[in-house]
Amino acid sequence: MTVDAAALRAAGQEAAAGNRGRASRAKRSRLASVGLHGALITASLVAVFPVFWVLVTSFKPDARAVEATPSLFNESSLDNYVDVLSGQRGNFLAWFGNSVLIALLTTVLGVFLSATTGYAVSRFRFPGHRSLLLGFLVMQMFPFAVLIVPLYNILIALGLQGTTFGLVLVYCTTAVPFCTYMLKGYFDTIPVDIDEAGRVDGLSPFGVFWRLVLPLARPGLAVTAFYSFLTAWGEVAFASALLSAADESKTLAVGLQVFSQQNRTEWGHLAAASILVAIPAVLVFYLVQRFLVSGLASGGVKG
Amino acid sequence: MAEVAYVNASRVFPGSPPVRAVDQLELNVADGEFLVLVGPSGSGKSTALRMLAGLEDVDEGAIEIGGKDVTNVPPKGRDIAMVFQSYALYPHMTVAENMGFALKLRGVPKQQIKDKVAEAAKMLDLTKYLDRKPKALSGGQRQRVAMGRAIVREPSVFLMDEPLSNLDAKLRVETRANIAALQKRLDTTTIYVTHDQVEAMTMGHRVAVLKDGLLQQCDTPRELYERPANAFVAGFMGSPAMNLKTVPLTAEGAQLDGLVVPLPRTVLDSVAAEGLTEVTFGVRPEALHLAGADEDGMELTVELVEELGADAYVYGSVRIGDASERFIVRVDSRTPPAFGQKVKVAVRDNSEIHLFHPESGKRLSA
Repeated sequence: MTVDAAALRAAGQEAAAGNRGRASRAKRSRLASVGLHGALITASLVAVFPVFWVLVTSFKPDARAVEATPSLFNESSLDNYVDVLSGQRGNFLAWFGNSVLIALLTTVLGVFLSATTGYAVSRFRFPGHRSLLLGFLVMQMFPFAVLIVPLYNILIALGLQGTTFGLVLVYCTTAVPFCTYMLKGYFDTIPVDIDEAGRVDGLSPFGVFWRLVLPLARPGLAVTAFYSFLTAWGEVAFASALLSAADESKTLAVGLQVFSQQNRTEWGHLAAASILVAIPAVLVFYLVQRFLVSGLASGGVKG
Repeated sequence: MAEVAYVNASRVFPGSPPVRAVDQLELNVADGEFLVLVGPSGSGKSTALRMLAGLEDVDEGAIEIGGKDVTNVPPKGRDIAMVFQSYALYPHMTVAENMGFALKLRGVPKQQIKDKVAEAAKMLDLTKYLDRKPKALSGGQRQRVAMGRAIVREPSVFLMDEPLSNLDAKLRVETRANIAALQKRLDTTTIYVTHDQVEAMTMGHRVAVLKDGLLQQCDTPRELYERPANAFVAGFMGSPAMNLKTVPLTAEGAQLDGLVVPLPRTVLDSVAAEGLTEVTFGVRPEALHLAGADEDGMELTVELVEELGADAYVYGSVRIGDASERFIVRVDSRTPPAFGQKVKVAVRDNSEIHLFHPESGKRLSA
């Protein structure tokens, strides 16, 4: 095809005209505009304010953290952060290490298990196929509190009580069923023709999974990875019940309880620790969100 | 390159009752042959192809490629390449990666893959698009990539499952010719599945017609057209379809309205021996012509005239017995009859009629 400058200019003008047309059609009245923006700004403030206040509080000394007339800056300093990080108040770094280890292990193991299971239930028909899916669904219906005792008994039987790996397994029991469902749904959207083309091209069934299906399921994997990470990162009940009571084996979520005791709460330290806890979660989300693009699998098959 | 054989191969889908999608298929394809499997939807043609690819189990019988029994060999061990109806390109790979993927899996050196991909791309006019992802290609280009992926591997058998059905009409005709030419050039055994009898007629060295999982006939396009083995094949091959009507028999031949079509003695004898009073009478639209006023002919009331440029097809009704039957006649496009007009129609040449058993549908005429 040959394109000359005149045709390009004409096309450009047409496109511009098209844009103007769209803009005028999408135009809101001033009042509607103000109302819409007002509502959105209010909602954003409501969402952001608690986090913002925790941030503000984290710079204040404990005594000044809760006041009758709150002020933004009142003897603000980094003392709380220094205290928390230096281990003066609680064994923050050890807890942090435990949490990172447990959350990462849960993510890796959870995504691996749910991806393989999800692929199996999406592509193969085998005895127990339906009951497996039903089991995953039912398992999500039990409240955590009910599960603590039976899971604790299982861990004792396995000799894993109080260990990091035991807790990872426990987190997987909650993360894997959900993630399997999620990934099965995602794998179902990848045409089976692509699997078959891969097999004809010389891939083994596992090769198809590894080299074709997983790369195409990146958005689904990203979401499940993030979900698994969060499951383990912020969880308190299982962690306080199943990990050993020693201070250095606690996770962050459990360890933070040090700051709020029966008679007094160290708001400043608690807020500073909370901010530090939030950072890795934000980082993981940032790493993962660039895979959250739609249409990755489009174009392979027609229609 | 290799010959292919279906040896009484069946595929039975479980259910109640079980469905015999492909039923005792017995078919031999010679080395370098272009065989087309054609049939209406649900005829088992795609299942037969997938059995050959190893994507579908073979429940009975066997499948051989190059004289070797591959019934239980997985797809990757069969040395085949397949073009899917949906193309099934790998969306996360570029055109070049798509085409070279099979070679990469086989551990062919990178430079060699690059050369082969470049060669195939040149053949298919894809050189400009090698770095693009399938998403950024048009339907026709994706189709060519799918072809390229098959060619690059230099397999012993090409399998194509309706590769043209997603293209628009014009591109389809063009690509049809390209595929036929490519096959001739590569001289690779090719099994091609389609529901389009025009594709079957124009592309295949031989055409196998399937219906309900059963092979109806396998022959050259010309033989299929001129000597269909049964009424189904007669009606399926050819466009517009052959006029197939059940007509009463007289001592001289087949009795149509105002026209007795004389039948060969041998046919009449065999029909009489079976005690039939009716036959299924078939005549193609081009074997009928408008008769002059002084000739014998059936009276046809024109209901529709389709003008195609070179030809025109007249659709009209003829009374046979008590019923009104629709006939299609090919006429000269310059002087087509008008709507509602009554015209006389006669058979051009009595050797161009086909007779089939009214119940079994089997061919009667010699």
